Amino acid sequence: MMNFAWNKVALIVAGTLAMGALVHGAPPQMPRFRFENFTTANGLPDNHVFSVLVDGDRIWAGTENGLGVYENHQWKTYTTKDGLAHRAVLSLSLDKRTGDVWAATMGGLSRISGGRIDSYTQLNSGLSNDVVYGVSVEGENVWVATAAGGCRLDLHTNQWTLYNERNTPMFEIWVYGVTATPSKVYYAVWGSGILEYDQKKKTWDKYDDPDGETEMVLFKDQGLIHEITTSVSYVDNILWAATYFGDSRYDGRYWHNFLTKDSGLPSNFTNVVKGVDAKRAWFGTDKGLAYYDGVNWAVYRPSLTSGKPEMTVRDAQGAVTPVVVSTAPAHNYVLGIDFQGSDIWVATAKGLSHGIHQP
Amino acid sequence: MNRLNHRRLRVGLLAGLTAVGVALLVVGLWSGKTARAAGSAIVGDGLNYASPVEMLFSPDGARLFVLCQQSGEVRVLDASTYAPIKNIAVGRTPRGLSISARGDRLFVANSWDDTVSVIDTQSLDVTSTWAVGAEPSNVVEDREGKHLFVANRISNDIAVLDAKTGAEEKRLAGGRGASYITPSADGSRLYVTHVYPNTTPQLSAPESEITVIDTARAVVAERIPLRSIAHGFHVAISNDGRLGVAAGLHPKNLVPLAHLEHGGAFADTLTLFGADVGKPVEVPLDELERYAVRPFGVAIAPDKSRIYVTCGGSENVTVIDVQRLLRYVHTHSGPLAQDLAASANYVMGRIAVGRDPRGVVFSHDGQKLLVANRLDDTISVIDRRTNRVASTIPMAGPKQVSVLRKGEQTFYTSRYSFQGQMGCANCHIDSTFDGLTWDLEPDGFGRDVVDNRPIEAVRDTEPFKWNGGNPNLPTECGPRTEKYFWRAENFDDITLTDLVVYVRGLQARPNRWQQVDEHLTPGQERGRALFVRDVDKFGNAIPETNRCSFCHSGPRGTNQKSFDVGTGRATDNTGLLDTPQLTNIAITGPYLHDGSASTLEEIWTIFNLQDKHGRTNDLTKDELNDLIEYLRTR
Repeated sequence: MMNFAWNKVALIVAGTLAMGALVHGAPPQMPRFRFENFTTANGLPDNHVFSVLVDGDRIWAGTENGLGVYENHQWKTYTTKDGLAHRAVLSLSLDKRTGDVWAATMGGLSRISGGRIDSYTQLNSGLSNDVVYGVSVEGENVWVATAAGGCRLDLHTNQWTLYNERNTPMFEIWVYGVTATPSKVYYAVWGSGILEYDQKKKTWDKYDDPDGETEMVLFKDQGLIHEITTSVSYVDNILWAATYFGDSRYDGRYWHNFLTKDSGLPSNFTNVVKGVDAKRAWFGTDKGLAYYDGVNWAVYRPSLTSGKPEMTVRDAQGAVTPVVVSTAPAHNYVLGIDFQGSDIWVATAKGLSHGIHQP
Repeated sequence: MNRLNHRRLRVGLLAGLTAVGVALLVVGLWSGKTARAAGSAIVGDGLNYASPVEMLFSPDGARLFVLCQQSGEVRVLDASTYAPIKNIAVGRTPRGLSISARGDRLFVANSWDDTVSVIDTQSLDVTSTWAVGAEPSNVVEDREGKHLFVANRISNDIAVLDAKTGAEEKRLAGGRGASYITPSADGSRLYVTHVYPNTTPQLSAPESEITVIDTARAVVAERIPLRSIAHGFHVAISNDGRLGVAAGLHPKNLVPLAHLEHGGAFADTLTLFGADVGKPVEVPLDELERYAVRPFGVAIAPDKSRIYVTCGGSENVTVIDVQRLLRYVHTHSGPLAQDLAASANYVMGRIAVGRDPRGVVFSHDGQKLLVANRLDDTISVIDRRTNRVASTIPMAGPKQVSVLRKGEQTFYTSRYSFQGQMGCANCHIDSTFDGLTWDLEPDGFGRDVVDNRPIEAVRDTEPFKWNGGNPNLPTECGPRTEKYFWRAENFDDITLTDLVVYVRGLQARPNRWQQVDEHLTPGQERGRALFVRDVDKFGNAIPETNRCSFCHSGPRGTNQKSFDVGTGRATDNTGLLDTPQLTNIAITGPYLHDGSASTLEEIWTIFNLQDKHGRTNDLTKDELNDLIEYLRTR
């Protein structure tokens, strides 16, 4: 459903782009949104929003002070009193089969199921560490990224398997993100590139910055842009990777990297990436929300100078054109992204934003 | 009191007369494999009783299907004459039975085989046997015939199967010990209860839930909290869908059992939910001297005038006037569950039936109520107009009552305790454990709170009690039980012998972490190596008494000796603790003598700071996980 909606957007954009090209080289039409922002003023548990998850008509927001769920125009907050492992919720994942939501927190991993919260910590379970940065549910397995390696909880057997420097090519064990699919699982390892697990072969592979742990880029598309990875997304057999020093796209054979100097990325410091399909992806940076349609870029943010809502479009030739908008995401520092049809939800440092797609 | 004194005198005389003979008998029994007692109709074990537990009628009302747990059968009877039509063999220890919406298939949950049997209701043959989760206890098909929902007691979940192929699609998180499933009147919801309490912090009241499943989406829609309930059994939903009733056991485990005389051990309750009551409300079934021990099966009359509840320990059916019950609930507020004066307002009768009554079902015309008496091999037929047992249908099988059977009857009845408040099975659910810690001794609140140890495969694990104070089962089941639990009557020696033989004969449920061929997985093997190691990771020798395999040695995982493992508390009455057996340790939490460890991990991550409970502080997290994976195979 989501892909269908985004495909519609792509068709509209492509059509408009083609027409625009015929007329005066007008800037490409990129998706436009009216942003509605949620803060503590209208029920959000906290304005520091680390993660967002769309669950049908329900929106989950992982904040610094509890897990909020928005349903029927009302917010409900889950806290440690309800059994949440910790008040700071860093990442969320939906088990689409069961409807359960898994929350990665600063104090363990929690499952929210039918209103009940079960929490797993390094003391009461096989979880490798209480600082859980990422979680991704795939089938019967919950894949977890922690400050002491990755791990996997088999929901059938309740068995934990830990992944660290002893049994994988992980040189650092500070794991920031994870994305799991039926074919591949990717870990974003802070300082150790990207770890790939092949679900069929049950083997590990590793992707590093060919330039080592430096900020030099000797050959632009030689490999992963940087070792300090923060987020991974795998869709349509394409790996999208975010780092604090630029972003990467990998099709299994070739890498393509994105830097501010040669793309529309508003900042190399990227907290999160979420692929739409093989060509398109959204990036959450410290300087705004960015969309890449395979050719062109759009940036949505409050202006870095005036704070007023701003949208810019960058075409394939590098020409940047402002677009008049009246709304923007709540803040430039973007930490989480999820899609609801053709709408987008954005977790920021000063609130949660709902980008309502404008036709 | 006179009645009590008379009974004590009678029992005392009997005990005196038989003491010598029984002592000899007991010695013989302890060493022999076959239980045999002289002077009674009791013979040795090996008798294959039916043990009916659940029943249902065919949609046309022509046939009665009776699930027989011990014989592993569905027995098909003529619904009018109760004449046998066919016995259909199913799996081991079947626990749940249901019929498809179209009436063409019966489903049986075989709890010790981890399978579901599918029976064609026309041919009365088993057409398929599907592998499911761990200890399936009930199975229900949705109204559309798309999914089959299976409550798995050990894996604490509800498996969702393709109803045509039996292929498992997913599992939904249930309560601990998920066991019984009841569909709503329109089939859109399933209500699932569980027999072990969900995990709560130490020294806090137990909590359970009714897991409500949306059948169309096959997801958990909500969870109805059952606060202070430790063990949930059957649910019934009225035909108009407005009233739900769940049978439950509400333990008072944090109050010393010295208060048994004040009704202080258990409240036997129903939790009402649905539009008729608004928020869920727990109501008691007990009255002074008339306890409704272990409510299990529930049925609401088709016209919603009455609720019938089978009570396993008190061996009766409690009859409730629904109008009076609802009126009482709507006019009284606050916690009602422990009010022994409440039930007189709505309980209109208690009908004596057979031993350990379980499943209950209305006849097709709604005029009769059938009750499966598990430990009598009978079905009581109650006339709803008179609320009396009109007839008792014997199930085909042995007419003799074996020692084991007598022992089991003693285990499940509440007739020996003060005012009939409880039986052994109150704390050993289905002869296992209860997942609770108890303040047993009359030594003050919060002193010597102890975890209730499981009794599966308990043979050859003496001494008993956490302080090792009871040297053998006759002491554990006899004087200790009589003093601290029953407080009213002792077992005569024959009865005690029967009980001990039964308890000694209890087998462990199958271990679900062991591989089929009993080999260990690589992780389990690594864990086993840690279990038996005698040198730590720094090359230091581990003293013998600090090796896992020293104290937890032998087939049961205990060397039957007591040690200080560093977990003592100021509130304990003893220092040294008996080494517990490891049988099915994966599922028997909480752990440690006072239940302070809610998981196996916590034994070592929180409560072994001094390395006195085995040398473990040199282990990495993944090594500790390996050790636990091995322990789960025990």
